[in-house]
Amino acid sequence: MRFMLLMRPNIDQTDEGWAPPAEAVAVMERYNEDLRRAGVLLSLDGLHSPARGALVTFSGGRATVTDGPFAEAKEVIGGYWMIDVRSKDEAIEWAKRCPVSGAEGAAIEVRQVAEISDFPADVQAAFEAASRAGA
Amino acid sequence: MTGTGPAGGPESDDAARVAAVRRAVDSVWRIESSRIIAGLARTVGDVGLAEDLAQDAVEAALRQWPVSGVPDRPGAWLIAVGRHRAVDRARREAVLRRKREELGAAASPAPDEVEVGEGDEDEIQDDLLRLLFIACHPVLAPEARVALTLRLLGGLSTDEIARAFLIREATVAQRIVRAKRTLAAARVPFELPARDRWDERLAPVLEVLYLIFNEGYAATSGDRWARPALCEDALRLGRVLAELVSDEPEVHGLVALMELQASRLRARVGRSGEPILLLAQDRRRWDRVLVQRGLAALERSERLGRGLGPYGLQAAIAACHARAVTPEATDWERIASLYEALAQLVPSPVVQLNRAVAVGMAFGPEAGLEIVEALASDPALAAYHLMPSVRGDLLQRLGRWDEARVELERAASMTRNESERRLLLARADRRSPAGPGSASPLPLVATPSPPAPPSPAPPPAPAPG
Repeated sequence: MRFMLLMRPNIDQTDEGWAPPAEAVAVMERYNEDLRRAGVLLSLDGLHSPARGALVTFSGGRATVTDGPFAEAKEVIGGYWMIDVRSKDEAIEWAKRCPVSGAEGAAIEVRQVAEISDFPADVQAAFEAASRAGA
Repeated sequence: MTGTGPAGGPESDDAARVAAVRRAVDSVWRIESSRIIAGLARTVGDVGLAEDLAQDAVEAALRQWPVSGVPDRPGAWLIAVGRHRAVDRARREAVLRRKREELGAAASPAPDEVEVGEGDEDEIQDDLLRLLFIACHPVLAPEARVALTLRLLGGLSTDEIARAFLIREATVAQRIVRAKRTLAAARVPFELPARDRWDERLAPVLEVLYLIFNEGYAATSGDRWARPALCEDALRLGRVLAELVSDEPEVHGLVALMELQASRLRARVGRSGEPILLLAQDRRRWDRVLVQRGLAALERSERLGRGLGPYGLQAAIAACHARAVTPEATDWERIASLYEALAQLVPSPVVQLNRAVAVGMAFGPEAGLEIVEALASDPALAAYHLMPSVRGDLLQRLGRWDEARVELERAASMTRNESERRLLLARADRRSPAGPGSASPLPLVATPSPPAPPSPAPPPAPAPG
């Protein structure tokens, strides 16, 4: 089963505030290495601050663009790990081991990656029909 | 520390707490059991005993954690308890042997008083590698190696192994007990193989991982075509091995092969469970993450500059398919030359048959048929349904319809898979050239050295797709 661990670091969204403290890097790298050595890490990425991003919202059939920062610090995603594990409990156990230091209120969201085969039969059939039409 | 139990009344609280601890222990076990067993094995010098001690520690955790809460470093806690049990046992034995003065001095503190060091990471990695080599030791029968590897390195319970291989749990348990006994009787030391025996000892390790993978991928028994969880277990172990042994081309070659094959898992079975052959698969359903990982592992293997071995070559062939956006874009000439290289390393009629298919695609059916005819008298292929299937396909492409029908009907009568039989009969009725999407069973997957299968014995047939 594939899970995404979405890190919500709850930190300052300016460029200066966003960069990890130099002393935290080695600890986090060690954690990444643990994931790799355990054979569970598929991929990982860190994201730039929302200050460098934008938000596209939809309303009444129209898209509206807002420049970042655009969300409460608590809700902002800082990066993710994609891991391949046997169960949700194992994914949670890995999340608990993440060396999140400093930021009070930081969180890791544990989310399972959906496969087409996880959906009801009619949705699966729709996927199949769509892929035939595109072929 | 856990707080994972659902809220409930005072009575359900207890049950919920115990259930939450059970799940926490399971996850910790999955993540750390191999390190715990390896560490204990170094302490006591006996893999079988180390595993028993680790199990004792798990039972202690199941008793203690519901009361005390899950410790901050659960893996370290389990190791500490395991070590204490080891000391206890040693002391009991010492008492029996009236050697109290040697070991009696080591007091055994309560588990929660223990301070455990993290352990040197390089040392742990070495221990893990020792454990893997021992689990795949040549003194063990292949099915014992498989069971022991999944148990000691994969953290699977005997029940999980039994379910994965569709055999009885008692059979698995017995295999593991016997394997431990064999290792003890042979006095296999907890050591890495000597440098000059490295290749010969690494080969069975790779073989065991690929055997586990193929059991999941080809699903030779049971009603399903694939059991992806087993593929994931093999892949996980392969990735672990690639971190432990990063300078062996074949390790990365095997990982690349497994990643690339696994990338097609969800595209190779239709919704009603029917197999979909490689050229007919919807390539957009291939798993891009695994394709990228597979290509990267192959590159790692190539970068070592010592040429590709059997696994690496098969990975390179799988990579040709992975890189082709459409079946028509497949580089068949390269695949044909890779099969030629593979045939030199692994002289096998099945590899030759694969080569015939690729040559037929690259240089025309006549060239492919020439290779097939040369194989016609090989007794190893006499009962192999893909032989007449490939021949029939090449004959059809030459417009020799009647000869083709005979071959394809023969292939249909030989296969044990019902949906494949229907596919072959439909092809036998064909009277006009078909697009490459519906072409025959391409490419086959060859096994580099036919390993002795775990029971129930799967046929030596390679898996299509």
